[in-house]
Amino acid sequence: MHMAITTTRGYDDLPALLARLTGDGKHDRSAFSTLDVLWVLYDRVLGEDDRFVLSKGHGPAAYYAVLAAKGLIPAALLDGFGNFESPLGHHPDRALLPGVEFSSGSLGHGLAVAAGRALTGRRVFCLLGDAELEEGSNWEAVQYAGRAGLASLTAIVIDNDSSSHGWPEGVERRFMLEGWVARRVDGRDHEQLAAALAPDPGGTRPRVVVAEVEPR
Amino acid sequence: MTTMRQRFYEVLREALDEDERVAAVTAQIGTDAIGEHPRHFDVGIREQLMIGVAAGLAAEGYRPVAHSYTPFLVERPYEMLKLDLGHNDLGAVLVSIGASYDAAREGRTHQAPEDVALVAALPGWTIHVPGHVDELDVLLRQALAADGRIYLRLTEETNHARVDGGGFTVLRRGSPGAALVLAVGPTLTPVLEATVDRDVTVAYLATVRPFPHDNLRDALADGTDVAVVEPYLAGTSSSEVAVALRDRPHRLLALGVPNAEFRRYGNGAEHRAAHGLDAPGIAHSLDGFLS
Repeated sequence: MHMAITTTRGYDDLPALLARLTGDGKHDRSAFSTLDVLWVLYDRVLGEDDRFVLSKGHGPAAYYAVLAAKGLIPAALLDGFGNFESPLGHHPDRALLPGVEFSSGSLGHGLAVAAGRALTGRRVFCLLGDAELEEGSNWEAVQYAGRAGLASLTAIVIDNDSSSHGWPEGVERRFMLEGWVARRVDGRDHEQLAAALAPDPGGTRPRVVVAEVEPR
Repeated sequence: MTTMRQRFYEVLREALDEDERVAAVTAQIGTDAIGEHPRHFDVGIREQLMIGVAAGLAAEGYRPVAHSYTPFLVERPYEMLKLDLGHNDLGAVLVSIGASYDAAREGRTHQAPEDVALVAALPGWTIHVPGHVDELDVLLRQALAADGRIYLRLTEETNHARVDGGGFTVLRRGSPGAALVLAVGPTLTPVLEATVDRDVTVAYLATVRPFPHDNLRDALADGTDVAVVEPYLAGTSSSEVAVALRDRPHRLLALGVPNAEFRRYGNGAEHRAAHGLDAPGIAHSLDGFLS
């Protein structure tokens, strides 16, 4: 992340922060499917030199709540979620909100940008959804990152079984065929997530962590 | 004579060696000509990825150059131009080849006369349409040293000589009240031939966005008639002329490639003539407009 964490709110503070967000965007199930992955990333994984790309820009309530919990955005901003004067939209905009590293919302963009950053050796984490992977642009990035051996790139796929036509035998098989190291974990289990996302200095291939949560 | 495409590869190779900020991203087109370099990334035939990777490199402080044929650089990854670069406010240099009909024999799939209109529809882009290889050289070096989003449109067509500066340049003055003929990029030579015996002011422009509204207004002086000759989709800059002359009665002739499925192969010269963009065609259009 490109800003330093400044507060020490805990996971238990997230419900209160989420409660400050109102409007339709908050109730999108995708807003909460990411909550634990985001918390573990910002609480235990991301260092100041690391970068995070939220490709799955839909339903960013959990993202904003975690950023507020870590002091990367003022918590007071949560009250204006989606309002005309607010920098917190239903899809995040990095130009409006320092703390957001990538403006997203249209699916299938983040992994390519994350790959570009990783080509420089930067450690980059990119969060996607299992339905988002229906966009063909993702697979251009998956194929290339595997061939190029982008070991500093980690993709996290939230799997809430929301893909329109499913991923027979698991979405991670597609990544593995392209040369990625794949691991499926419980997307609500902080220890499993932290272990899967821990630095792997000896790694030579990109990683994908499929974080399975309750079906939508 | 060195082509724009050859000069582009020469300058880019030099920049890769001399400027640690510069990186190249290709999708098989130009890959061998640029050659291997630690900051040259060929991503295979994956043009959406090419733009996304360029954005990622820009986010890391590099000056990425993405390159392909016009349809594959602008049209296929258009949303990546809009979002990965534009919405994320990241800079890059996009260099296309093929122009409107350089690849005439390849057919419609390799022709994109709508490219400038598409890029111009996105905010914050500078668009260069050089008409001579030496103009390309200067504009490319400037683009590499800058930070913004720049589209450089290369072509196999060329004017007889370069015009320095890239900006709006008046090359010939007509009498007071004379019509203004604005030639864009490689249309200058046929425009000069078509206007040699006419009382018109002739101006040249290679940097079409941002459009030089004030220059056009000043060059027209007391005149009312403007003809814009563009080597891409006809009318691409008509709205810009309307802005420049918003409070002045005027007439506009917009010449360029028609917005139609043009199902012909052949070569560029044949397409130029078919679209009325050679000297006889431009002269014929001016006859009708100015008579």
